[in-house]
Amino acid sequence: MSDLTKLTLAEARDKLRAREVSSLELTEACLTEIEGAGALNAFVHHTPEIARDQARAADARLIQGEAPAMCGLPIGVKDLFCTKGVPSQAASRILQGFLPEYESTVTQQLFDAGSVMLGKLNMDEFAMGSSNETSTYGNVINPWRRGNDDTGLTPGGSSGGSAAAVAADLCLAATGTDTGGSIRQPAAFTGIVGIKPTYGRCSRWGVVAFASSLDQAGPMTKTVRDAAIMLGAMAGHDPKDSTSADLAVPDFEAMLTGDIRGKVIGIPKEYRMDGMPAEIEKLWADGTDMLKSAGAEVREISLPHTKYALPAYYVIAPAEASSNLARYDGVRYGHRAALGQGDGITEMYEKTRAEGFGHEVQRRVMVGTYVLSAGFYDAYYNRARKVRALIKRDFDDVFAAGIDAILTPATPSAAFGLGEMKDADPVQMYLNDVFTVTVNLAGLPGVAVPTGLDGQGLPLGLQLIGRPWEEGDLLNTAYALEQAAGFVAKPGKWW
Amino acid sequence: MSIEPETAARVAKLARIKVEPEALPALAAEFNTILGFIEQLNEVNVDGIEPMTSVTPMRLKRREDLVNDGDRQAQILKNAPDAREGFFAVPKVVE
Repeated sequence: MSDLTKLTLAEARDKLRAREVSSLELTEACLTEIEGAGALNAFVHHTPEIARDQARAADARLIQGEAPAMCGLPIGVKDLFCTKGVPSQAASRILQGFLPEYESTVTQQLFDAGSVMLGKLNMDEFAMGSSNETSTYGNVINPWRRGNDDTGLTPGGSSGGSAAAVAADLCLAATGTDTGGSIRQPAAFTGIVGIKPTYGRCSRWGVVAFASSLDQAGPMTKTVRDAAIMLGAMAGHDPKDSTSADLAVPDFEAMLTGDIRGKVIGIPKEYRMDGMPAEIEKLWADGTDMLKSAGAEVREISLPHTKYALPAYYVIAPAEASSNLARYDGVRYGHRAALGQGDGITEMYEKTRAEGFGHEVQRRVMVGTYVLSAGFYDAYYNRARKVRALIKRDFDDVFAAGIDAILTPATPSAAFGLGEMKDADPVQMYLNDVFTVTVNLAGLPGVAVPTGLDGQGLPLGLQLIGRPWEEGDLLNTAYALEQAAGFVAKPGKWW
Repeated sequence: MSIEPETAARVAKLARIKVEPEALPALAAEFNTILGFIEQLNEVNVDGIEPMTSVTPMRLKRREDLVNDGDRQAQILKNAPDAREGFFAVPKVVE
């Protein structure tokens, strides 16, 4: 019955409600798949007992005819979410042994909606990375391969474990988080759907903070419909997060009509980068045609400050990270370095953070420290925040001019080989987020949808960007694109 | 502007991350690459633009100034690497 794990959330939900399958059966099928997929290194903390308990509870609810949105559906949870009594390390050595005494709001809401947690998923350390190569647990391997070539490919990052697990049918869906593209880029690299909602749509409470003004949680799923279902369960106002919006959460799934006639889709000319691979250009042009055929009006638009989004991001995100990560000091939780004779508290901090943080995290914390330091705060940090205001204004302007959604590539390439970027300078790796990072800076919703394969058989995705708080409309456009693209390819099982 | 190893050492100190002296030149070189990339921001005309403070125009909620949580000492100390007699324990701070 391993085909059970291939179900979408919507299919499984319908089967559960029709009592054709039990949550426990679904859960056992996923646990078996996970056990056989160690080679992917996607699940890093397994919670089979919790999963079985939650599945039994969900089955009891289903029998009583009480079936909330996610009732009985087995999912994976990114290691960035604090889960009560379950290791939550943000893939960092510095949080080794940390067992939260509380549950993040998003996972609590998912559990309240009946979800079953199979375990915690690998990621880049503190969500800092685009290839899942900065994790203390080691690399995640993309289930997709280049034809018969067995080179290990990156699943993208930072939500690489989530992406690999969903693409490989180890779970029905997973949570991700996105600070500069960490849901959308891995979704594109693995042929799945991922949405970063509007900033403030999902509570950040209990999610290990990277860059607080950019971080958002979102679902990573097999289909757009599943993204609508799961986002509905994750979203909503939370008094514990002062930046979470006190807005009603609409029924996103009910908004999936597939009718986008009369919608105006913007194609930003600044996203046509020099040296863009022909395959990406074609994918983008094909996607544009699909939306046009579905009845949308397509307009070329200009977002003039696009070029400055990545440099602004690489000031703002490290600045916020240096502040957020100051809490890892070896005092309250996690790792503390062994101290030498005569070591004082400063040595304790310095040794603990040198041992506990990986290279990329150290680098970003220090860059953030530098741009916030006396004499540079205005030149770097304040200037970046001004540029951020201009980037947001670019979007405000096109939306005011009647654009409903913006279509762009999700990534500048297909998944690359693990280790291939080893000798590149850090900026080369940062360029992975060139199409996604603007969306975080402007606080907008963005969704990656798989729409094609490259010449080597690897998935490629397009991104749709929507108006703030209009995830429902955005998902409907994504749904129309998904229907038109008809992407059904799956990775061949080698693990 | 170029970052020298001495500046890298100062930043590492501010960030409370121990960096061995022999690693400083490479670290300084990485900073230079990243800061070189960031320099592009100087091309942008930001005259009269206010730095963004909130990406969505929202007013932060207020609540009554009341104690509504607390008495969680055991929970709070549970993950501490070293806790004694109800406190976090650290190396001697004051001589």
